[in-house]
Amino acid sequence: MSEAIDARVLPAPGRGALALPFSWARTVPYLLAAPLLVYMVVFYALPVVTMLLRSVTEPDWTLAHYAALADDTVFLKVFWNTLYTAVIVTLGALLLGYPVALALVRTRGWTAAIILIVILLPFWTSVLVRSYAWMVLLGRHGLINEALVAAGLLDRPLRLLNTPLATYIAMTHILLPYMILPIANALRQIDPSLAKAASGLGATPWRTFRQVILPLSIPGVAAGVLLVFVLSLGFYITPAMVGGPREITLSMLIAQQVDQLNWAYASCLSAVLLAIALVIIGGAWRLPGIGNAFRMSGR
Amino acid sequence: MKPAGRGASVTLTRLEKRFDRVAAVAGVSLDIHSGEFLTLLGPSGSGKTTTLMMIAGFEMPTAGDIAIDGASVIAMPPYRRNIGMVFQNYALFPHLTVAENIGFPLKQRGVTKAERTRLVGQALELVHLPGYDERYPRQLSGGQQQRVALARAIVFQPRLLLMDEPLGALDKQLRENLQLEMRRLHADLGITFIYVTHDQEEALTMSDRIAVMNEGLVAQVGRPEDLYDRPSSRFVAGFIGESNFLPAIVRGLEDNVVVAECDGAILRAISPNKPACGDKVMLTTRPERLRFADGAWTSDAPQNRISVTVTEAVFAGERCRYMLQAAEGTAMVLKEPSSAAIRRRAVGERAEIAWSIADTILV
Repeated sequence: MSEAIDARVLPAPGRGALALPFSWARTVPYLLAAPLLVYMVVFYALPVVTMLLRSVTEPDWTLAHYAALADDTVFLKVFWNTLYTAVIVTLGALLLGYPVALALVRTRGWTAAIILIVILLPFWTSVLVRSYAWMVLLGRHGLINEALVAAGLLDRPLRLLNTPLATYIAMTHILLPYMILPIANALRQIDPSLAKAASGLGATPWRTFRQVILPLSIPGVAAGVLLVFVLSLGFYITPAMVGGPREITLSMLIAQQVDQLNWAYASCLSAVLLAIALVIIGGAWRLPGIGNAFRMSGR
Repeated sequence: MKPAGRGASVTLTRLEKRFDRVAAVAGVSLDIHSGEFLTLLGPSGSGKTTTLMMIAGFEMPTAGDIAIDGASVIAMPPYRRNIGMVFQNYALFPHLTVAENIGFPLKQRGVTKAERTRLVGQALELVHLPGYDERYPRQLSGGQQQRVALARAIVFQPRLLLMDEPLGALDKQLRENLQLEMRRLHADLGITFIYVTHDQEEALTMSDRIAVMNEGLVAQVGRPEDLYDRPSSRFVAGFIGESNFLPAIVRGLEDNVVVAECDGAILRAISPNKPACGDKVMLTTRPERLRFADGAWTSDAPQNRISVTVTEAVFAGERCRYMLQAAEGTAMVLKEPSSAAIRRRAVGERAEIAWSIADTILV
């Protein structure tokens, strides 16, 4: 009996936080994150706030810049063009990326390693270099045109470079890894016995994919779509280099306005771009399973 | 659910599966009768699961043949074989409700929605889970998930049901309940069950016949009592139940009884084959079939007798368990039902033990 009473009097280990006002165990994670937190506040949060303030304080406190956007035909055209480009690129990356993710997950050993390297190699090359590469490929005397003319399929070279198509192709290529990797991660987390179970229960390979694999990979698809869409909204170098002269994106317009020292207008546009991205991410976060797709996988 | 009629018969002929150079299954031939509950029993790595996966169609055999009702199914993909399968980890589709999970095989077969609902309801009743239709697998306990998996595997009335350690992840109490339910289900449905387990007790209580597997081969096939009473090899004697092993030298033959010398005593044993005089052999007998035979104890059945010393005595509730040692060091275990009327033996005590010749097998 006496031992039982003693056990109740003694504080259990780990419950010390109730008695002590300060707990190292709870504080350490914050301390570990502190250097990056300070860095982010000084070099990211503060400049963003300053930039946002600029859009409502020039010359005095005003919302006139935002109000003007609604009637600004240049802005509206650029705005829709940016969204349209992002949608096309996202769809392209999804259609090309999903089968690759499936191949990556279904293969083993050297084949899988080679697929992964092919996906990641461009990922490690700078966007600038890759955009130049696309200029070389798509140019009037580029590889593609020369090959088509040499093969006798064309009389004279096509105009490929500096068209919207060039932007779509180059951006899709550059953003593909952001689509493939989350989908592959989601596919890898699907218990392999589920496909066996489906097959044993009479589902053909296509139906197994349609009814089991595809629905279970949706969180990864959503994560990939989100990443690619948000990244394409802010793309600058690639559309500027390979895109058409009239197909301007928001980021190109912002750069143009900064060049002309039109700070208020530029920060106003930046705020719009940031707002779109936040709304999309916020909306996606509410979908079931998306949060999971970004979490580190235990498998 | 109406009885699905007779179950399928399955014939495995010299079935082999090699992964690289290693043979997981090294030539299994087995006739599984229609409506039978057959268990593949063996330690991990014995090839029992690989054999099951080949019957289901998930593994392609390297050599040999699998015939269901006399027709080879080697070239048939799993989704055409019409076999029910229950996996160890249940393999329920997490994005589908219980009703959708059970309805899945019906949907693949083009069963109408109304008919599906009716059959799913019946299947849920059969596994004692009525009213769980709209739950998701993650909202169920392990035992409930396994019942859903079972319902899903039988709802389309297959003639053959394969189970891969279906109770492995459940606790003892639940496992015993589900063992009884599976027996009942087997009796109700009349279909062929092929069950894989490494748990010999589970195999003994549930099966019509057991195929004991070891190192990719079938070591012995038979009814549970045959395997227990007449193990054909040292492996089977050791794997199913507890066994005493007595090294002995053959001294003679009397009809189908072998006379052998072990630890200074002459013992008689049943032998499936005829060893020669002077052969070194191994005799086996079950601990619960030994008894202390001093004082007034007598028996009509012919007995083996040997003198021993008690080296360890353990009281285990329903039984007392004694470790014994014969004169030349052969160790034996004796299990005796506990009773206030039976004198308990002390460590160091010398005693005479006896057991029936019919319970002594040469392996």
